[in-house]
Amino acid sequence: MLSILTFLPVVGAIAVLLAPGDSLKKGLALGATIATFVVSLLLLPGWQEIPDMQFVERYAWMPDLNIYYHLGVDGISLWLVLLTTLLMPIAVAFSNQHIKQNLGGYLALMLLMETAVLGVFLALDLVLFYVFWEFSLIPMAFLIGKWGSQNRIYAAVKFFLYTLAGSALMLVAILALYFNAGTFDLLELQEAGLPPGLQQLAFLAFALAFAIKVPLFPFHTWLPDAHVEAPTAGSVILAGVLLKLGTYGFLRFALPLFPVAVADYASLISFLAIIGILYGALVALAQRDLKSLVAYSSVAHMGFVVLGIFALNEQGISGAVLQMVNHGLSTGALFLMVGMLYERRHTRLLKDYGGLWASVPIFSFFFLVVAMSSAGLPGLNGFIGEFTILLGTYKSSPFFAVLGTAGVILAAWYLLHAFRQVAQGELTNPANFKGRLPDLNWAEIGQLLPIVLLFFAIGLAPNFFLDKINPSVAALEVVKAPVVGDEWLVDSSYQPPLTSGQSSLTTIR
Amino acid sequence: MDTALLFDNAVDNAVVLLPEIILAVGVMVLMMVDIGRRGQNGSQLLAGLSVVILLLGVGASVMIWGRAPVEYLDGAVSDGFALSVRLVILIAGVLGVLLSRNKLPAIERQGGAFYSLHLLAVIGMMLMGTATNLIVLFIALEIFSLALYILSGFYRENAHSIEAAMKYFLLGAFASTFFVYGCALLYGAGGSSKYTQIHETLATGGGNPSLVLPGIALLLVGFGFKVSLVPFHMWTPDVYQGAPTPVTAFMSVGTKAAAFAGFFRLMMTALPSYHDQWAMPLAILAVLTMTVGNLTALRQSSVKRMLAYSGIAHAGNILIALVAGTAAASSAAAFYLFAYAFMNIGAFAVTIALDRQFGNENDVEQSRLAGAAERFPVLAAAMAIFMLSLSGIPPLAGFFGKFLVFKAAVEAGWAWLVVIGVLNSAISAYYYLRIVVAMYFQQPEEIGDEKEPLFVPASRPSVFVVVVSVLAVVVIGLQPGLWADLLRGLGQ
Repeated sequence: MLSILTFLPVVGAIAVLLAPGDSLKKGLALGATIATFVVSLLLLPGWQEIPDMQFVERYAWMPDLNIYYHLGVDGISLWLVLLTTLLMPIAVAFSNQHIKQNLGGYLALMLLMETAVLGVFLALDLVLFYVFWEFSLIPMAFLIGKWGSQNRIYAAVKFFLYTLAGSALMLVAILALYFNAGTFDLLELQEAGLPPGLQQLAFLAFALAFAIKVPLFPFHTWLPDAHVEAPTAGSVILAGVLLKLGTYGFLRFALPLFPVAVADYASLISFLAIIGILYGALVALAQRDLKSLVAYSSVAHMGFVVLGIFALNEQGISGAVLQMVNHGLSTGALFLMVGMLYERRHTRLLKDYGGLWASVPIFSFFFLVVAMSSAGLPGLNGFIGEFTILLGTYKSSPFFAVLGTAGVILAAWYLLHAFRQVAQGELTNPANFKGRLPDLNWAEIGQLLPIVLLFFAIGLAPNFFLDKINPSVAALEVVKAPVVGDEWLVDSSYQPPLTSGQSSLTTIR
Repeated sequence: MDTALLFDNAVDNAVVLLPEIILAVGVMVLMMVDIGRRGQNGSQLLAGLSVVILLLGVGASVMIWGRAPVEYLDGAVSDGFALSVRLVILIAGVLGVLLSRNKLPAIERQGGAFYSLHLLAVIGMMLMGTATNLIVLFIALEIFSLALYILSGFYRENAHSIEAAMKYFLLGAFASTFFVYGCALLYGAGGSSKYTQIHETLATGGGNPSLVLPGIALLLVGFGFKVSLVPFHMWTPDVYQGAPTPVTAFMSVGTKAAAFAGFFRLMMTALPSYHDQWAMPLAILAVLTMTVGNLTALRQSSVKRMLAYSGIAHAGNILIALVAGTAAASSAAAFYLFAYAFMNIGAFAVTIALDRQFGNENDVEQSRLAGAAERFPVLAAAMAIFMLSLSGIPPLAGFFGKFLVFKAAVEAGWAWLVVIGVLNSAISAYYYLRIVVAMYFQQPEEIGDEKEPLFVPASRPSVFVVVVSVLAVVVIGLQPGLWADLLRGLGQ
């Protein structure tokens, strides 16, 4: 089942390359992504709310070397898989409308991308994981470099080299783990436990790779370039899914494998996350280009996710998992809407817009909802994620929680600022007048609607989602038996995180 | 051992050298055929014959695969490692012959000489991998070196080709001298030219140990020259660039495989007791080779020179396996060379095809690649795959080559060397990526170039080489276990 899910897009990619005619290619690509989404939905009926891996598949890949083809999904990866399979058809549908040049290659790369990302989310063997992880770079670099805007080559090369260099040391760390425990299997490594000295080094190597991917301040400089230059669907996938690979890596590999090192570095990484939240928000506030505003907002939002993970308690981590999904949905939708605007007016500068509510009300309404979701308005999904994260953070360090809350306020500020600049005020630019600027058509509404409905679903019934996440999070070693690390930068009110038995606010009731 | 017994033994065990014997007979047949058709132009027939002979060699290797290793006349052995290296060299040989079918006037005119030298080089290279005796080792080295000196100067009208041959010959002759001196000193140290004998004598405290390290140092110069380790690499870019591209493709893989095979066997069977002394100098050489190779490759504008420096860097990676010096490391090196054969020759095959399109200059400037993906979509896609594989991006063959070598090195306790290795891989990604960027992301300079109607603008044999290489790179990458199983290291 998981193999079908992972490799269905590859089949689609081959079909797209072989198919004659653009309309058939479009249909095949959309069909393949929708089929993948349907397969991923089949995970839900059989889902058990247990901490273990489900739908596990394990075959020998290189038996001599102890390398296995080992896939599995648990509460941490489930929603990320579904997020990927949901965003893909939307991104493909958008591209089908707007990509003119070399469509077949474009769609095939998108589909390969989907396989790579799903592979990362599902792989339970470190070598298999590394293969998918590295492979995910290629389609994205091509998408940016070939179909991006003016500065695309620079952005593509920077993206590729930055992330490649970051993960080089991870390979050495993987080998070191292997020779310590005699296996590349994540679950076996987890049981084996690693000596603290090795944990420190290996954690640093893994963390570098993940921090660049997230991106965590100060490793974020590739992100604005890549986002701004990427084609719209590329940005949607980059922000919606690819950034999650980094935070997912922290959760899936760093936390279970290196609990001692994680406890030692938790304060430092939380501190970097806080800087990222505040810095990303302030820079976003200063942007004149709508797309770079959204790009910097990603730095801030992903900072929240990292903050939640390194709170090292159930609320923080569960919130972080949910917030990954939220960010994927809301930022994906924001990029999508920026793209829709851009295709109409061929400008992304805020000053070229204003007063759009009068001319394109449907667009403006959707933009408002998406912006509010991103800003964390109660009732929508963003609120649940951020609130749970801040709750967890407060437990481990009130100081960070206070700073994080400031980030929430800043987020509301820059998003409202963006909304005001775009949709409100005087309709002055003649190019934006009613009739000149078409409103959203049905196809575009169709692309946005599933995302917006999910905003409300997660916002109003978070327990449906959290109940599937929680068992796996509660089973994490760092949550079960918190290790108190050094308390660098933590003020006197520091309290060790509560154990899961004591926590009562895991789910929002 | 009395003479009669020795003779019986030689006849009985001749089968272990069957591939070499077949090729040697083949060379003679080839020359006869060439004499028979004296004066005729075109060398289709000779090329076809060479391919058949090489494939017979492959068949013979497969036939004796899995036999218990037998030593032949105290001079050569046919164990798993020798067979693995043989396979790599034969593949490089076949692909090299196919690549020469590109209407290259010099080769058409003198096909007999070209293809017999080509096969001779293959024989010498294969013998390198089997040699267990300093004398056989040296003879093997000279057989393939002499053949390659001539082959690299085969474009007699081309000044660069002649310069390449001259440079290669003069420097190579120097390197051989060092090599012979090294052999002599080792012989003096161990009292025998036989590896196992040298090892026994030295391990039991006999012989003349003070000669060992000078001997190793001199041999290192010889080997270092052949596999182009820094600082013995200076000839590589000039020769790679000047030599006919099919020859470059063949020798870039063949020489590396042969010389490394000889190097591995010598160090690991004759001098394992001195591993502590030679490992560290080799590790330093590996660091130098990788770093200098990669940094210099960053600044190349010609595709062939870039590939030459990339080859130097890859030699550094393989040297890491020798530094580790374990059985697993030698089989990792065999896997690495196996993968390298396809990705590197594939890259040269694309270069040849593009060169034919751009005016047969025996080289391609990187700036001419701009927008190549629009004009030659299949060639560009193949080149992109080779470049990604060379830079070690999974799931392609090159990644697992590096992975296995690094794994063996970490296992042997050389983690710091591996760290430098992976960082170098990251550097190398930049220049490989640059080719991809030029082909795919940049616009061609001269606009108005009508779209080439051709699927691929290359001769059929070259297309075959490209397709086979792409398939191999992808299949080896997806199913590495299969090949890692097949390719054996020393003592496995």
